[in-house]
Amino acid sequence: MLSDKDRIFTNLYGIHDFRLKGAKARGDWDGTKDIIAKGRDWIIEEMKTSGLRGRGGAGFPTGLKWSFMPKEVGARPHYLVVNADEGEPGTCKDRDILRHDPHKLIEGCVIAGFAMGAKAAYIYIRGEFIREAENLQTAIDECYDAGLLGKDAAGSGWPFDVYVHRGGGAYICGEETALIQSLEGKKGQPRLKPPFPAGMGLYGCPTTVNNVESIAVAPTILRRTGAWFAGLGRPKNSGTKIFCISGHVERPCNVEEEMGIPLKELIEKHAGGVRGGWDNLLAVIPGGASVPVLTKDICDTVLMDFDSLREVRSGLGTAAVMVMDKSTDIVATIARLSSFYKHESCGQCTPCREGTGWMSRVMNRMVKGNADLEEIDMLEEVTRQVEGHTFCALGDAAAWPIQGLIRSFRPEMERRIKEARANLSAA
Amino acid sequence: MTLHPEDQPWQPKSFAFTEANLAQAHKIIKRYPEGRQQSAVMPILDIVQRQEGWVSLAAMNLVGEMLDMAPMRVYEVATFYTMFHLKPVGKVHVQVCTNVPCQLRGSDDVVHACKKELGIGIGETTADGKFSLAEVECLGACVNAPVIWIGDDFYEDLDAGSTVKMIEAFKRGETPKAGSQTGRQTSAPAGGPTTLKDAGPTTLKGDA
Amino acid sequence: MPVKLTIDGQEVEVEAGSTILQTADYMGIEIPRFCYHERLAIAGNCRMCLVEVEKSPKPVASCAMPVAEGMVVKTDTPMVKKAREGVLEFLLINHPLDCPICDQGGECDLQDETVAYGRGKSRFEENKRAVEDKDFGPNVKGTMTRCIHCTRCIRFITDVAGVPELGATGRGEHMEVGTYVEKALSSELSGNIVDLCPVGALTSRPYAFTARSWELKKTESVDVLDALGSAIRVDTRSNQVMRILPAINDDINEEWLGDKSRNSYDGLLRQRLDRPYVRNKKGKLEAASWGDALKAVAAKLTKAGGSKIAAIAGDLADAEAMVALKDLFTALGSANIDCRQDGAKIGGPRGSYIFNSGIAGIEEADALLLIGTNPRVEAPVLNARIRKRYLKGGFKVGAVGPAANLTYKHENFGDEAKILEAIASGKHDFAKVLKDAKRPMLIIGQGAVARADGDVILGLARKIAEATGMVTDGWNGFNMLHQAAARVGGLDLGFVPGKGGHDVAGILDGAEKGEIEVVYLLGADEIDMNRLGKAFVIYQGHHGDAGAHRADVVLPGAAYTEKGGTYVNTEGRVQVTRLAVFPPGEAKEDWKILRALAEVAGHAPGYDTIEQVRARLAQVNPVFGRLDELSPAAWEAFGAEGKVSGDAFAATIANYYMTDPISRASTTMAECTAAFVNTAAERTGTHG
Repeated sequence: MLSDKDRIFTNLYGIHDFRLKGAKARGDWDGTKDIIAKGRDWIIEEMKTSGLRGRGGAGFPTGLKWSFMPKEVGARPHYLVVNADEGEPGTCKDRDILRHDPHKLIEGCVIAGFAMGAKAAYIYIRGEFIREAENLQTAIDECYDAGLLGKDAAGSGWPFDVYVHRGGGAYICGEETALIQSLEGKKGQPRLKPPFPAGMGLYGCPTTVNNVESIAVAPTILRRTGAWFAGLGRPKNSGTKIFCISGHVERPCNVEEEMGIPLKELIEKHAGGVRGGWDNLLAVIPGGASVPVLTKDICDTVLMDFDSLREVRSGLGTAAVMVMDKSTDIVATIARLSSFYKHESCGQCTPCREGTGWMSRVMNRMVKGNADLEEIDMLEEVTRQVEGHTFCALGDAAAWPIQGLIRSFRPEMERRIKEARANLSAA
Repeated sequence: MTLHPEDQPWQPKSFAFTEANLAQAHKIIKRYPEGRQQSAVMPILDIVQRQEGWVSLAAMNLVGEMLDMAPMRVYEVATFYTMFHLKPVGKVHVQVCTNVPCQLRGSDDVVHACKKELGIGIGETTADGKFSLAEVECLGACVNAPVIWIGDDFYEDLDAGSTVKMIEAFKRGETPKAGSQTGRQTSAPAGGPTTLKDAGPTTLKGDA
Repeated sequence: MPVKLTIDGQEVEVEAGSTILQTADYMGIEIPRFCYHERLAIAGNCRMCLVEVEKSPKPVASCAMPVAEGMVVKTDTPMVKKAREGVLEFLLINHPLDCPICDQGGECDLQDETVAYGRGKSRFEENKRAVEDKDFGPNVKGTMTRCIHCTRCIRFITDVAGVPELGATGRGEHMEVGTYVEKALSSELSGNIVDLCPVGALTSRPYAFTARSWELKKTESVDVLDALGSAIRVDTRSNQVMRILPAINDDINEEWLGDKSRNSYDGLLRQRLDRPYVRNKKGKLEAASWGDALKAVAAKLTKAGGSKIAAIAGDLADAEAMVALKDLFTALGSANIDCRQDGAKIGGPRGSYIFNSGIAGIEEADALLLIGTNPRVEAPVLNARIRKRYLKGGFKVGAVGPAANLTYKHENFGDEAKILEAIASGKHDFAKVLKDAKRPMLIIGQGAVARADGDVILGLARKIAEATGMVTDGWNGFNMLHQAAARVGGLDLGFVPGKGGHDVAGILDGAEKGEIEVVYLLGADEIDMNRLGKAFVIYQGHHGDAGAHRADVVLPGAAYTEKGGTYVNTEGRVQVTRLAVFPPGEAKEDWKILRALAEVAGHAPGYDTIEQVRARLAQVNPVFGRLDELSPAAWEAFGAEGKVSGDAFAATIANYYMTDPISRASTTMAECTAAFVNTAAERTGTHG
């Protein structure tokens, strides 16, 4: 188990003061100026060394992403955009950073912004996080007063501004190009790639979009060295991670743990175990709504990191662990997710706009078994018709839970159909 | 969602910001580079909604004018984001999350309790206009499920009983205490954290 | 820089920046598409054009993917086939499949691509989505349940037309294309979204349920309802025009058409003159035979003769008729002929009255001065070209004339003619903008020259052009924008007063005073008929408009869809309309009427066939011998010196939808007038 001294988010639960004074006491803003003095290349190299992979779900190496920004700032300014549009069902980690440890994020913005030649960061926070945005804004205001932001941020000589931008209730804005569109005052519909944001992002300028957690861990990594972070977890799956454990556990919670912690250990140590005991476990969705569900046999042993979960045809995603015990109506659960994706499809591209509605409707019938057996295969095919054919990853996200359900719980689906048939002919 | 303005008796003929809100709107516009004032459309629609409780056509047209946006572009934004109410809702707008983490922990009971306590269905408003009820997607407080969002606050760790209590308080005109309704510390496990037990501040300078 | 890649095993070299789809089109490899349109911004949303690209795990939207060196693309693999089938199936699940009652039937991309790429069977068991129809006004009918959300219409209206009234509201499967507030589309180019719509969501309201596309005979022709000479296709069924669509002409209209040019065609059936009439002794027009009518006209003309007769050619007159009329009047000894109903002070060297840079030349210009013109209503398609150039950036537009929303940002310096003096003398700021531009341009409208000091203003425009370097080797940015399709042809063939002859003002004065006894109106309806005094008036034309009401003899002619008529557009491009239907009743092609009249009058011309008339035209002015070409005009002195009056430039078109006898007879245009012009005061403006 990760020791407390290796935890980055030492005020995860908001027990302590989130404000500047408290944050400084916890080590934030310590030597920020010195880190910046080491220069862009050093920062990016150190981030690469740390092995940090993006904490928003896709797991792209953060240091590498920063290095994609043009080396020199030309006529167009560079922008850092922080993705605080946390909305992946099961996920509530950024919320804790925003409300309890906002200074880690702001300090991260200054350092990351400097490393990519940006003089401004926009933090796009989901609209529902009103109190969280208040805390964040309070922290930003404090930073301006303390000279940590502004013309000479933290005495580094680098000018830096941070702005909070509140969203309006659209899951798709978590997709980086949709987020940029939204930030520009448009509908949050993903953009075509290429061009990529690093070349043409916000206002047509070079832009990097990073998740809250990815940016918030950066100052600590740079203070404690990339090697320290890389020493936690497994190669290419290094560091610490905030896990959100929800659903049928005794004590749902957020917790920062080492990457690669066994799923079972995570649940039992921090969440009080599965309700009714481990053997009462039916399944786990290990990384937010968009990743396929795992059956208990896999949960018994699987490790919680990118590659381990990929090997079992699921994913770490946002590390939002949704636990389901045997009382769960698994078909209804996946149907609920399908309904979510239908609701959140932006409507721009055909397979997602039409496919999410179709899949959701068939799933709703599957809950009651009101379907033909052949329709399970048809549904599978429809998910394949959506997957990989859409503008952005929402189509894949809508397809995978259903594919996972069919792969792991086909007998249950068939049982319902047969039962409904039998009841129909009996009536 | 075709709106025939002439068929909507609730649409006001005009809209004006309060002085304070207008100042706030102009402050927001300054957050964005010159010529990019369109970026302010969502924050300013939010101000409209905070002032009026919802966003009318007249307000959208005014916001378009303020930001040099075609009215159509404002309508697109307002209809895309679910937080904007395009017709009036209750003074206390009860938004219940029913997504999976909440569903797994009994949001069906919570929805049921709301319906029963308020005497209305999803998408409806009480006759006195005080309460309205909506089902929403994941609010991002999943380890504190089930969650209801009212005003600026989340009410967490709910069950049917605590939901009724909370609504009763609103009915009395009170604003009940937000956050966990079971009294636990934010997202920490019930009964106390399993980590970070050392309450003192930690300093992590260098390789401690 | 060229890039080498392979598509379906064939190697090809194309310019970097091309997309896969463009490259495939160039190679003749078919890739189906709905949202992609070569003249619109790339959206990439329909996903129909997915192809396989080596090393890419997912199929790639070929419309949006730039080519890269060494790229290997396949369009004929099982992966691609499946992707297309999938997309089509998705598009069809919520499509009503009401093809039997859909006007798009037979020319529907969704139908065609379903035949070519569909899986042939539906697996969708749920209820289909239904969407409320939208009211887009008199030109466009919205059956939005059929919409496949390709957003072509939105991109057109927003980008090309520059009137951002159309959008997609809501999201996901509830996304709807519309105006949100049930507003008629106020763009003069709105009809183009009907052509762009790949399905039957947007169809033509005037054409609704009148014909099936496969019943129609298609005739390529030229529009005459403004002076651009846009390429059109006239679709007919049993001698009736059922609809008019734009055809492609990259130099003129690309593939757009203004709503008036598109939807006035019902006017071709109304108020038509279909037999000759002669006013009887009781003062009533009475049907007459051609023979009697021509005899009556010939008698009047020959009796009065010389300076006592006059002829005015109208805005829709074809060059063949004008040359025949001119020849007749020359034979009768009269120099009183004019084709400038509005009294425009033009007609000098050719370079002074044509759009020298060419319409496509607008895209090469980098600064523009508008003088007394509102191109948005005078020539909406040309205005779209200006907007297109504007969107590329680095293009300053200034205007001297009445303020208007032109759909692009421009600076209006006021509507007084004297501002031009300041620009010409270099005192005005915009003179520097023009001077600094590499290819500066001006567009002078009829509003600037159809006034007493028009020739002075024309001279000022010439000075501006010369002072700011608009006329250089290989570039002539002096451009006149006409409104009448007949005008440049009329000027080219010299349908202006000869020595001692009167112009329109003089003719009207003469008629009022009784000095001119016979006036021949060749489709001229825009003059003040009250000023014709006691003159004997002959009206030759196709509509019972102002001229026919005043006439003593009516000779029924043919409309532009009913004859092969030569027109010279504002650029000086000679084009010929084609006969799509026959003239109604006893009406005849106009030059034939005039040839017959000349014969009755004893002045038979030397031409009996259309070829001979055209040879005569080429003899009068060799430009008529060069069809569809632009001939650069020599730059010579023109315009007059003098003082400009203090009068402001006035708008010349109050109502875009009704400018000529055909559009005035159109009920569709009457509806447009009611929807857009008479309510204009109430409409909220859009910025521009």
